[in-house]
Amino acid sequence: MTHGGQAAAAATEAYPRIVAALIRITGDWTLAEDCAQEALALALERRPADGVPDKPGAWLMTVARNRALDVLRRASVERRKLRELAVLALTAATELEPQEEVVDDRLRLVFTCCHPALALEARVALTLRTICAVSTVDIARAFLTSESTMTRRLTRAKTKIAEARIPYRVPTGPALTERLPGVLAVLYLLFTHGYNADGEPAFAEEAIRLARLLARLMPGQPEASALLLLQHSRRAARRDADGNLVTLDKQDRPRWDHAAIAEALTILADLPDSGPYALQARIAACHASATSPEDTDWPRIADCYDKLVRVQPSPVIELNRAVAHGYAYRPAAGLALLAQARAGGALDDYPLAIAAEAQLTARDGDRERAAELFRLAAEQAHSESERRALLERAAENR
Amino acid sequence: MKYMMFVCTDPEPDTDTENEPDIDVWVAENDAAGRRLQGMVLAPRSTATTVRVRNGQTLVSDGPFAETKEVIVGFDLLECADLDEAIEVARTHPMARGGRIEVRPLADFEQ
Repeated sequence: MTHGGQAAAAATEAYPRIVAALIRITGDWTLAEDCAQEALALALERRPADGVPDKPGAWLMTVARNRALDVLRRASVERRKLRELAVLALTAATELEPQEEVVDDRLRLVFTCCHPALALEARVALTLRTICAVSTVDIARAFLTSESTMTRRLTRAKTKIAEARIPYRVPTGPALTERLPGVLAVLYLLFTHGYNADGEPAFAEEAIRLARLLARLMPGQPEASALLLLQHSRRAARRDADGNLVTLDKQDRPRWDHAAIAEALTILADLPDSGPYALQARIAACHASATSPEDTDWPRIADCYDKLVRVQPSPVIELNRAVAHGYAYRPAAGLALLAQARAGGALDDYPLAIAAEAQLTARDGDRERAAELFRLAAEQAHSESERRALLERAAENR
Repeated sequence: MKYMMFVCTDPEPDTDTENEPDIDVWVAENDAAGRRLQGMVLAPRSTATTVRVRNGQTLVSDGPFAETKEVIVGFDLLECADLDEAIEVARTHPMARGGRIEVRPLADFEQ
């Protein structure tokens, strides 16, 4: 790994821990994020001659902590003095070494980010921003909205946390039962971000790790981890040697993680077809248990999407439902549902909606029109690998 | 941290009337714990008067300032450690079922 690569990897790993620790100590989200980001920027500016510190995480923590101290020293308000004392007590070594302590800090942060007193989208955005250090631009893209809207939403959420004093802790008792589904919703979206075209695969790993941790904390709600396990089981087959995305139908199925699939299928065996995670996990299980694309139980998948769109209506789920129907029954049926899903306009900037139309059109036999649509989708692709994959599909249909 | 709790009516109250909490018990418990600093019930909305001054003119009109189906019928001033504690206090108030409760922190100008 290059010097830059090592520094970047250490930064991604350390960021949420630093933010979590500084928030816990200072109670100031903006200060924590600013200082963590400045530490990362400094780390990435270091010349190769400076070498990589032995413990990059601890080094970053020290830089961020010193930066926080600087800021607090300059602000002479009395209440800040108290926080300054707390930060002084925080040493890099004690903060980063014991794993349990660190995990606990991040889990607390997850529950704060996912507090029901915040709007749902704000919860997801805040988790992505704070726990995963995803850029505001990328979060805005995932929500099909503009960067300025997303910035406002994040600022509003952080202001509310501070001013309404949303606590920084994992709830206990009945409150935990009530809060958990909300946290799972956020974790799933976080996972999706890691799983998407040019997402950071580490986020998917992070989501699974947090989901397992939550499952241990709160047994009896395993469907979310089943879903994540199934999606993640395909990680080795999702990209070719050049890093290009490989669509599900072309993946080398023996390369899937069959131990993870078995673990998920065992979890699912005892669960009813209700709730958004169980349904999505069931859909993923249909794909995971098919030995070839032709072997896929599409009517079962279409049925799950019918149920899913009722419990969790969204334009993207309607889009997937249309594709499932097109594969299960006739392509024309899928195209009709697709037109319905796009009628509201929410999918206008979503290239995968055009790609879905192209896919169903190809299945309907009109290859020329399909190629044209794939090219159109490629023009609107949000990432380079997505664009390449769509152009390849266009070429296949010529 | 001080929170104002606005107790409001709601056109769709809870239909489950089993084990309804007792307002006297709620007041006694929260007063004893030091979480409720003050609280009052308001006279009916029909007694409300709205006052405005525009261009030096005092405008007095009948009725509340917001014409909504939900009416503020009372308030309680709370002292809580954080929002979760305030939510818990609100959750156990009988009007959380019979109506709805808005919890809002008092502005902190020292920050």
